[in-house]
Amino acid sequence: MWPSILQHAWRHAELSLDALACAAVLGCALGVAAWAWSSVRGLVLGAAALGRTIPSIALLTLLLPVLGIGIAPAIVALTLLALPPVLVNVDVALREVSPAVLDAATGLGMTPLQRFARVSVPLALPVALSGVRTASVEVIGSATLATFIGAGGLGDDIVRALQTSDIPLLIAATVTVAAMAFVAEFLLGRLAARVEVH
Amino acid sequence: MNYLQTHTARVLALLAAHLELVALALVVALAIALPLGIVATRAKRQAPLLLGTLGAIYTIPSLALLALLVQAVGLGPLPIFIALVAYAQFMLVRNVVAGIESVDPAVRDAALGLGMSTRQSLLRVELPLAAPVILGGVRIAAVAMVALATLGGYVGASGLGTLIFTGLAIHHNDEILAGSIAVSALAIAIDLALRGCEKLLHSYG
Repeated sequence: MWPSILQHAWRHAELSLDALACAAVLGCALGVAAWAWSSVRGLVLGAAALGRTIPSIALLTLLLPVLGIGIAPAIVALTLLALPPVLVNVDVALREVSPAVLDAATGLGMTPLQRFARVSVPLALPVALSGVRTASVEVIGSATLATFIGAGGLGDDIVRALQTSDIPLLIAATVTVAAMAFVAEFLLGRLAARVEVH
Repeated sequence: MNYLQTHTARVLALLAAHLELVALALVVALAIALPLGIVATRAKRQAPLLLGTLGAIYTIPSLALLALLVQAVGLGPLPIFIALVAYAQFMLVRNVVAGIESVDPAVRDAALGLGMSTRQSLLRVELPLAAPVILGGVRIAAVAMVALATLGGYVGASGLGTLIFTGLAIHHNDEILAGSIAVSALAIAIDLALRGCEKLLHSYG
């Protein structure tokens, strides 16, 4: 039982980490775009709200006719799932940087670009990371559904346990998913605390 | 989109079954969550344990929770119904507690001062004032339940998930797409409708 779980846990982690990394990069870019351009903002935040409402199983199967089955389409779907919490947090964090601090940076002679890179980004980073943390729990949970589009992961074990009434396998796979979510949340929480500006 | 046009009656019937399952589970879930939430605001010492337990259920991946329930009660609509009710408790109870606690203590004191019993104060003052926050929880729970109910199609419950899982089994992309689009549209429609209700409630409050 355990070799199968370990193997599927590895794939599960691969799917989740790839999706989270893509979502972190794309989410930061979209969040910054939403913050910088008010015309983009409505569109991006509206799409994020819509994306949050679409069920994750539908997200996985909506793309199936276009992308087919396997690992890559699962990563695309999980990335779309992880995007809204990241980009919303980036936008909120950048908006919440105090105008007084920004004025002070300008007063020190910083150009707008320097001000963004050396003042806004460090102040917004912990909030952005907490968006990735929220997303990590959702992605690791929903990655169990990736089994339905042939991407493997611990969902394979859960489905097999369901079909063969193998309760020990079911519990072992469930506990492994829960442990992965717990570890991801813990580590990202530590990372967010570490980059906090005091 | 072909499937939606050629099999409109089937899609609509499954949509109705999906909605019925979610609505029934939501009513039962609320009937449990309201008293639980009220008890949690009164028994402050036990409240963290209750919310912690409900939170733990909520973190079990939905497919795993469903698989566990199938082992316990068999295939069909029952396991997905229980999963829906159990899953919704965390979101509902959390908002019932937050809603009641958001009521200004002075308002409650005034109600008691007017000669209301604690029961009258709860029913006629605190719960009406907490209604918008509770409705917010209902909206979040309803959207999550539409998603979870889709998995019912995998364990033999009728609903839009039936289209997705039948389609996956027989490699019929049109059917998969029809199910995915229909269930997404349903989730978005319910979200918008309940957001509208919240706005209405706020404008009265």
